[in-house]
Amino acid sequence: MKNILVVEDSESTRSMMKTIIEDLGEEYHVFEAGTGFEALKILPAEDFSLIITDINMPDINGIELINFVKTTPQYKDIPMIIVSTERSEEDKKRGLALGAEAYITKPFRPEDFQEKIRLVLSS
Amino acid sequence: MNSSKKEFISEAEELLEEAREHLLELQEPAETGVTPDTVNALFRSIHTLKGISGLFGLEGLKDLSHAIEEILDSLRLGNIEVTDDVISFLFKNIDILRELLKNAGQGNDLDVTPYLEDIEVFGRKTSNRQKQESLSGIIDEAIISVLSNYEEQRLRANIKNNRAIFIINAVLSLADFDKSLSELTEKIKKEGELISTLPTAEDIPPDSIGFKLLFASGKNPDSLKAALGVAPGQIAGRRPEKASAQKPQSSLKSISTTVRVDIEKLDGILNTIGELTLTRGAIKRIERELAGIYGHSELVFDIHRASRNLERRLSELQQQVLEIRMVPIGQIFSRLAQIVKRYSREIGKPVNLTVFGEETELDKFIAEEIVDPLMHIVRNAIDHGIESPEERKRKGKPEKGTIMLKAFQRGNNVIVETEDDGRGIDTEMIRKKALEKGIITAGTEIDDTELIGFIFRAGFSTKETVTEVSGRGVGMDVVKDRISSIHGFVDVRTEKNIYTRFSLTIPITLAIIKSLLVRVGINTFALPLSSISETLIIGRDALQSIEGKKVYNLRGDLLPVMQVSDFFEPGSHTHESDYHESRYIVVSGYGERRVGLLVDELIGGQEIVIRSLGRYFEGLKGFAGVTEIGRHNVILVIDVETLTEEILLRHKGLVHV
Repeated sequence: MKNILVVEDSESTRSMMKTIIEDLGEEYHVFEAGTGFEALKILPAEDFSLIITDINMPDINGIELINFVKTTPQYKDIPMIIVSTERSEEDKKRGLALGAEAYITKPFRPEDFQEKIRLVLSS
Repeated sequence: MNSSKKEFISEAEELLEEAREHLLELQEPAETGVTPDTVNALFRSIHTLKGISGLFGLEGLKDLSHAIEEILDSLRLGNIEVTDDVISFLFKNIDILRELLKNAGQGNDLDVTPYLEDIEVFGRKTSNRQKQESLSGIIDEAIISVLSNYEEQRLRANIKNNRAIFIINAVLSLADFDKSLSELTEKIKKEGELISTLPTAEDIPPDSIGFKLLFASGKNPDSLKAALGVAPGQIAGRRPEKASAQKPQSSLKSISTTVRVDIEKLDGILNTIGELTLTRGAIKRIERELAGIYGHSELVFDIHRASRNLERRLSELQQQVLEIRMVPIGQIFSRLAQIVKRYSREIGKPVNLTVFGEETELDKFIAEEIVDPLMHIVRNAIDHGIESPEERKRKGKPEKGTIMLKAFQRGNNVIVETEDDGRGIDTEMIRKKALEKGIITAGTEIDDTELIGFIFRAGFSTKETVTEVSGRGVGMDVVKDRISSIHGFVDVRTEKNIYTRFSLTIPITLAIIKSLLVRVGINTFALPLSSISETLIIGRDALQSIEGKKVYNLRGDLLPVMQVSDFFEPGSHTHESDYHESRYIVVSGYGERRVGLLVDELIGGQEIVIRSLGRYFEGLKGFAGVTEIGRHNVILVIDVETLTEEILLRHKGLVHV
């Protein structure tokens, strides 16, 4: 079982990502967080194989979340994928510099998103 | 239109509505002036709209929101000033987006090229891009690297405006950090601008989480310390007073002074208090006996003083523990709001939720007990109360339905109301169903209030009938049972096509209740005071008989009356004379649901701890539990609600006695 945490404040985007991930196979289990705070609360509750995060969110943003995960010993090995629009080019760079493994630009094709997840999980 | 598309449309509508509200705020700023928060929130709404439009393949919507986003980005970065021109330009474009969205809902993706050109021209005209100064050397590189681009811009703007930059470190409990954190950030926002909220786990104990709050303010560190309750460390900006040389304060000391306690531990304390109350009763008895033996001697006065003191302190302690258990009902309302939002979207009936009285407090346990019943009522309201947008339009109602949640305190109770502006409960359908079920006969005279009461009967309604047509019924008996189990009751008011309102009257706290002890024959019973409205002494022959049912003339109203033991032992009072023995009436209920219970003696008030009857007697109707009243004397606590119900039914002749 692979637990994947999707952190994204847009509900329809979140549920779309959930569907795309679940299409990958039954062993993928998606947990959703609608805000950065929710993500902070859910992190200790489960063992995650992957965190996918948006950048622009209301309470704490994706950069702050990446920094938190990558500086916390028990989470730092969980790979992270940044999902953001081309507007957040600069933030994407910052996220990668803080240790995120990959990024994908919105909008994306479902196959590309799935490919990215497989790639990050297999490396 | 498939469901995810529907979901998209409704989220997009919400985003545009949000954007419009933010724009209104910009147009008429509060006293504090235009806040960066509002501009940023506006940016985020359009940014999210662009994101989801792209995902759902709506190119026109995506391109236009992208162009507007560019303008908003310049606005939040300070490259464009907020002027009336800019605001009306944005209003115009949000209207265009709304139009596009409407078309998208009908499957059309319009060409947006002309609009895009307009925006580009506008952008060139207003933009006034400034050269960015480097922040390195002013602010620690390690801090800049964890800021988002926007946050860095805000940092820059604040330094340029001659404000100092501060950091506060907070260590909070992981389980509920959001509440204490937002309290702190609200305070910070009053003193300046919050730039970044950085979570950290470094050097933080387990079950806790740390936050670095980076903010800008024009105030000096001392007044900030006074306003925030914690001394911030200054890391950059003007006023290089003594504070500037200091390293950011990095105390591990928590800024929050709250502890979290398992509710079971509080239950434990309450139980101990309950036991102590019994001991106090024993001491009082000993005091009386001593007085009988020794008269009013010094020793008796001593024990009297001590026991009075014990009594006072005990009730203080009890009050304090009960206060600890209190939570604002807003916690539950916000959970319900989420359900309403999600559920109404799921089934395609847009609903406005309005909430009043979130600050009303009630016991944590009771709060948890009413969540499910409320959820049930609210879901029912969306399912069957609120009409579809088309039907509402036909009826001349706003297409969006409204559900109101309201809470307020009345005496020792909290009233929680849900009201929808849907089609109301169809009493004719209920009448038909009641006839079918044989609950009433064709000749039974019965008013609407009583008919509506039937929805709370177990197994009264089935999906094929009442629910689908009139909209109510499924599981309402469960709602009522849950509310009765915490000594509350449910009332429904409805008007066809106007509203349906459920009022739950529930005790604020449960653990220890005030009760009235009464004697009936050789038995003593306890009646919870919360369900009693008054007691009366009656003279002989004060009761009248109508069709064999006892009634009492209470200030001009006929009050249905029954001997308490009649309920438990039907037929035990077969002789008229028995009714003449009883000297007191305990009145319970209110309005049309008022009834009288006949008892032989009012013994007095007492605080009791209700214990459950245990598994063996679980199904026993009419008893709320047992309680101990000193000297190992165990008595039954009467469930007044059930009794009231029974009396009303018997007096209507609806149930065969």
